[in-house]
Amino acid sequence: MPRIRFRLNGAETTVDADPDRSLLDILRGQLGITGPHFGCGANECGACNVIVGDHAVAACDTPLWSVADKNITTIEGLGSPQRPHPLQRAFIAEQALQCGYCVSGVLMSAAALLMRNPNPTGEDVKAALDRNLCRCGSHNRMVRAVLHAAAEMQAR
Amino acid sequence: MTRPAPSSAPKLPVSLAANPMLSSWVRFSPEGHVMVFPGKVEIGQGIVTALAQIAADELDVDIGRVQMVRASTAGSPNEGITSGSLSVQQSGRAIRHACAQIRRIFLDAASDRLGVGIDALDVEDGTISGPGNVSTSYWELAAEVSLDRDATPGATPKSSTQRTLAGKSIQRVDIPDKVFAHPRFIHDFALPGMLHGRVLRPELSAARLVTLSEDHARAVAGLVAIVRDGNFAGVVSETEDGAENALRALHKDAAWSSGETLPDEERLAEWLKAQPSEPTVIDTKTASGKRAKVRTIGRQYTRPYLAHASIAPSCAIAQWSGGCVHVWTHSQGVYFLRADLALVLKLPVENIIVEHMEGAGCYGHNAADDVALDAVLLAKAAGGRPVRVQWSRQDEMSHAPFGAAMAIEIEADLDAQGEIVEWRHRVWSNGHTARPGRAAQPALLAASELANPFPRYIATNPPQANGGGADRNSIPLYDFPSWEIECHRLLTMPIRTSALRTLGGQGNVFAIESFIDELATDRGEDPVALRLRHLSDSRAQDVIRSVARRANWKPDKQTGRGYGIGFARYKNTGAYCAVVAEVEGAEDVSVKRLTIAVDVGEAINPDGVINQIEGGAIQATSWVLKERVRFDRQRITSNSWASYPILRFSEVPEVQVELIPRPDSEPLGAGEAAHGPVTAAIANAVFDALGVRIRNLPITRDSLIAAMELAT
Repeated sequence: MPRIRFRLNGAETTVDADPDRSLLDILRGQLGITGPHFGCGANECGACNVIVGDHAVAACDTPLWSVADKNITTIEGLGSPQRPHPLQRAFIAEQALQCGYCVSGVLMSAAALLMRNPNPTGEDVKAALDRNLCRCGSHNRMVRAVLHAAAEMQAR
Repeated sequence: MTRPAPSSAPKLPVSLAANPMLSSWVRFSPEGHVMVFPGKVEIGQGIVTALAQIAADELDVDIGRVQMVRASTAGSPNEGITSGSLSVQQSGRAIRHACAQIRRIFLDAASDRLGVGIDALDVEDGTISGPGNVSTSYWELAAEVSLDRDATPGATPKSSTQRTLAGKSIQRVDIPDKVFAHPRFIHDFALPGMLHGRVLRPELSAARLVTLSEDHARAVAGLVAIVRDGNFAGVVSETEDGAENALRALHKDAAWSSGETLPDEERLAEWLKAQPSEPTVIDTKTASGKRAKVRTIGRQYTRPYLAHASIAPSCAIAQWSGGCVHVWTHSQGVYFLRADLALVLKLPVENIIVEHMEGAGCYGHNAADDVALDAVLLAKAAGGRPVRVQWSRQDEMSHAPFGAAMAIEIEADLDAQGEIVEWRHRVWSNGHTARPGRAAQPALLAASELANPFPRYIATNPPQANGGGADRNSIPLYDFPSWEIECHRLLTMPIRTSALRTLGGQGNVFAIESFIDELATDRGEDPVALRLRHLSDSRAQDVIRSVARRANWKPDKQTGRGYGIGFARYKNTGAYCAVVAEVEGAEDVSVKRLTIAVDVGEAINPDGVINQIEGGAIQATSWVLKERVRFDRQRITSNSWASYPILRFSEVPEVQVELIPRPDSEPLGAGEAAHGPVTAAIANAVFDALGVRIRNLPITRDSLIAAMELAT
């Protein structure tokens, strides 16, 4: 098995696996990282989004070989209850979800947006989240939460 | 043995009457926690928080001490199913009553111990104290106070003004876990030694598995077993990746018979009306001294099959131990699922434990129960190890039950003034429930695939007294002088249907509220005024007046922009909801804003109610603008997000919700109140904007062009 290295949530990580396997399968099946969720397996729903470099990508549609030597951030690396990311704080404050299955992917898309554009408009947020599906209808709360997080980060 | 009929003495809430033992609802742990055991389950609606608020309020404990225990057939009260927007009514009332009685029981015990009269005692965060600095607590007393006793009627819960938590928008208890990705979902749960299973399902509807070559699948690394029983086949593997690869190999090496013929999706109404069906008169009302009819107007409305389309595919885990099986599931009804599993496995129910774990948002009877049986069948070949089974997106979109397509005809006889003299409403539809656990035969998918198959369960309708199914909301809330309401339940079911949010309510409210709008146009009357003068229920009038005020009904006419109203009281007994939709467009319609007024009685968690209404409104907008299960004559073809698109962030309307405060009225569920009114409001707004009446959902570019062509 080829050995592939990357940085996962800041930690040097090495896996021995078929390089054509999906990053999602490696994260969930081999590394026990369950924040990225399986939704469709076809890059159509965003539930498995993670950040590679500074872009949100669907881990289900990202082959392992393509992340060699890259920085990968999953929801687990975004923040913790002790040190929450402003997005996580804002999602709690806005109660911006119902079932929450899509939310780890939504948060990663939003975090990637704020890395590139720290001062987005509502339209920017909607565009950045447009590949993330939410079936419960929490969209408006999520957009508000992202805008609040952006404002908080700007104010710091 | 029958019990004597109850007198007019106070009665227990229905869930408590069915499960009277107080200790089955509430227990105190020595560490200072209150464990609450609801029979209802979290399906993304926030129910666990609302129930925790009720318990903390009645017991006077900090909500942080309340631990909500997931429902399990191993010990939870049997509250049937979490559906129909009834959880606050049923579980909430039971917990409120039980906690009020438990508080009183502990006050009695504290009074004995402290030698202080009950009236002098006070409870604060579980500490019971009296004059002279004497105190004890629930936790201290728990060892000597047995709650193994039945609830009795007559406990007095707090009045609305005494409550400090119920009625407040406290934050949901489950949201931090979900935002920090602490595993809560069954999908993220792992047991020691857990294996992974996948089930082979045909693309053709109801095809039989003719031949299956196992050689290639057997060669896949990690394979533990291939299971075959008639048309049911699946794989068990050490890894999820291995299970996927083995399933892929099986798919290549499987030969299926032709399946059964599906209807022509372009002629659904004709097909629905031509099928053998069971007619039922749902309601009739006869006027005394009927005014003479001068003319009759009739219209037909349809809605397509709709998919649940939850973001997660269904998932379950099962583990056998001897002749007993333990199942982890996101089913809406653990006891009902257990009953069906017992039928399929021919086991006594005592040999089966069904335990709830959260799944993704659940909007009705999806594949959660089906995948549980799949896991149970595959786990038989796992030598006592647990097996986790997850469906594919394709199977989720094509093999899970759908919300039933409906054809609805409404006719109104009008007098010389154009007033309604008689109203007739007829529905043709498959039944709207084929849930497990209700019948002598199982309703689980794999049960119909086994070598000794159970017949496919043809969906039925709940009785009107329980809200009805295809006929839900078919009886007008308007006081027309006479009516006749009829429902035709199909006796064939080539496309599998069962409960989807509102059952028939969305279709019937769409039809009634569109037709009312058509009558208003015909009379040249304002549609709000026409509704108000036919409603005598003041709560119904209030939501309509509130929404009209908030939306400045009716804003001036602008090109390409339209406004429409829709109203319903869900199930005619639940929440009241009125909606004004603002749409924009010409060939492509977008919904810009939904203004909503809702009356859910007492709102336990007002922000939770608003969240549910917003979500329902956005989901309904998705149904109306985008959704339709697609099929050719052999197979469901809308089996991906590309072929079954739902509303995206860029398409979501602004939603404003006004909650009418009714702290002293019985709480009513909020999850299904908005779908019907939103649907009708959008259709009416489209007519206002474009002068085109869409009577067949969804409202898409294609349906608009077709309707425009028909009109010219």
